[in-house]
Amino acid sequence: MKAARSKLIVLAVLAASLGVSLISPRLDPYFLDVILGIGINIILAVSLNLINGHTGQFSLGHAGFMAVGAYLSAALTSFLAPKLLGAVPGTVALQSFFFAALLAGGLGAALAGLLVGIPSLRLRGDYLAIVTLGFGEIIRVILQNMESVGGASGLHNIPQLTSFFWTFGLAGIAVYVIVSLVNSTYGRGFIAVRDDEVAAAAMGINPTRYKVTAFVLGAFWAGIAGGLYAHLKSSLNPTGFDFMRSIEIVVMVILGGMGNTPGVIIAAVLLTLLPVGLRELPTLTFSLAGKPIDLVWKELQMVIYALFIIAMMLLRPQGLFTWAPRKKAGE
Amino acid sequence: MSAPLLRLERCTIRFGGLTALADLDLAIGAGELVGLIGPNGAGKTTAFNLITGVYQPTEGRITFDNESIVDRRPHQITAHGIARTFQNIRLFASLSVFDNVRTAFQLRARSGIGHALWRGKAFRDEERGIARQVMEFLDLFHLSQHHDAPAKSLPYGDQRRLEIVRALATRPKLLLLDEPAAGMNPTEKIELMRLIQFVQDKYHLAVLLVEHDMQVVMGICQRIAVLDHGVKIAEGTPPEVRRNPKVIEAYLGEEQKP
Repeated sequence: MKAARSKLIVLAVLAASLGVSLISPRLDPYFLDVILGIGINIILAVSLNLINGHTGQFSLGHAGFMAVGAYLSAALTSFLAPKLLGAVPGTVALQSFFFAALLAGGLGAALAGLLVGIPSLRLRGDYLAIVTLGFGEIIRVILQNMESVGGASGLHNIPQLTSFFWTFGLAGIAVYVIVSLVNSTYGRGFIAVRDDEVAAAAMGINPTRYKVTAFVLGAFWAGIAGGLYAHLKSSLNPTGFDFMRSIEIVVMVILGGMGNTPGVIIAAVLLTLLPVGLRELPTLTFSLAGKPIDLVWKELQMVIYALFIIAMMLLRPQGLFTWAPRKKAGE
Repeated sequence: MSAPLLRLERCTIRFGGLTALADLDLAIGAGELVGLIGPNGAGKTTAFNLITGVYQPTEGRITFDNESIVDRRPHQITAHGIARTFQNIRLFASLSVFDNVRTAFQLRARSGIGHALWRGKAFRDEERGIARQVMEFLDLFHLSQHHDAPAKSLPYGDQRRLEIVRALATRPKLLLLDEPAAGMNPTEKIELMRLIQFVQDKYHLAVLLVEHDMQVVMGICQRIAVLDHGVKIAEGTPPEVRRNPKVIEAYLGEEQKP
């Protein structure tokens, strides 16, 4: 049975991540950091794909949802955990608390998703993009001015609890949730709303409800990803959740192909590795009109993203990893 | 005659200074096939949009199944038993033929998000049941060989047919067809007329048909209402309407083809 198989795959992913988790302390920390970054980006890209790809609502606020989850869960583990669990908590207690904190971060982000989803009742396309963009910036500015979570200087010394198990276990569940949802009679409604809202309503689908559901669920997973990010990097800064972060996630979805989950996962992997690769490239120095100019590849990341998008729109608007549907004989 | 299934009473809709429909009275009984005709811009599609909740009447009442459906949103009206097709075909282009019909079942399915995630037995049984019913619909309308193809890849006539099938899958009591014969050749039109009568018969449907093609309208409708500039100028059986001087003046006199 197909359904039983997909549940088995999730269990296998969980078991495998637990296994890798046991040997991960022996891995190179930089390497592990990159790998966990990939897992977090997969969660972000797949969840944004539900909003932007499947449901066709252009959101530019994913970094905002991520920030809500990151700060909320980090505040819980930094401030509440020592009080509740004592100075030297046991592993099980600490890990369970971490999981609860991640969930709380996800739920907080989902609530934010509900708040942003409500204007999406009325707004379409560019207008929605602007509202979500504004939302993301509001979150950032609020965090910048909240002294209790470090304000502009950021929140530091967050316990490093993000392990291979949590990252890839949750990434596996996120992919499962979104794929099984979309592949159901209920979930086909998301795509129907994207393809033609008026026709979807004529089929008895409530477009508003679907859009808000997509926002809430997408935001939930962005919040989870934020929590993982916070406990991976062990320090947070509001500027890390700016507009550019949202754009990065949007690029993953566009590159992978709107609504194409495997493609989006591949794009998330590649685009996480891109800045890592650029960092390795040596700085080129050349002179222009007598002045020396340093070409630092890392700085060009956003330029490369922009070129990617332009090239994609011209050459493969359906996404890099979306293949044309098979042609049937006799058509 | 018992209370009609759908009743529009003195419905008026204004867009700013323009009165698109004025004091429209229209009643459709259960199982009746009614045509709505009129020259371009007469307000036929506006009447459709009024019935399906896309627009709200400025004045007047609309009742369906003895309940007022004014102020209801389009998806609620579909849930209530009114389905429609569109003048310019509006299929879900990226979904397959199968999935286009499947979306209609979301309305009556008991499985929601939780079931779709857990994928328990009840969910799987329901999904299997839905898949079977979708295939039955597609079989009945000779579309099952294309069930896997994207809807947009179908030939034009098949797309029209699929749109009707998709509307039927919501299990309506009243089906609104907005110019289903547009762009069809004479053979396709005859097929379409057969299809409409077959559907009406099989599902005991009331049908409201907006159509420009006189051959189709006169051929199958039991009753015809004629709109001109937002006003109903005539109503009656096809021969009555054909003889009505007002109708001939407004419409048929210039446009009727032999």
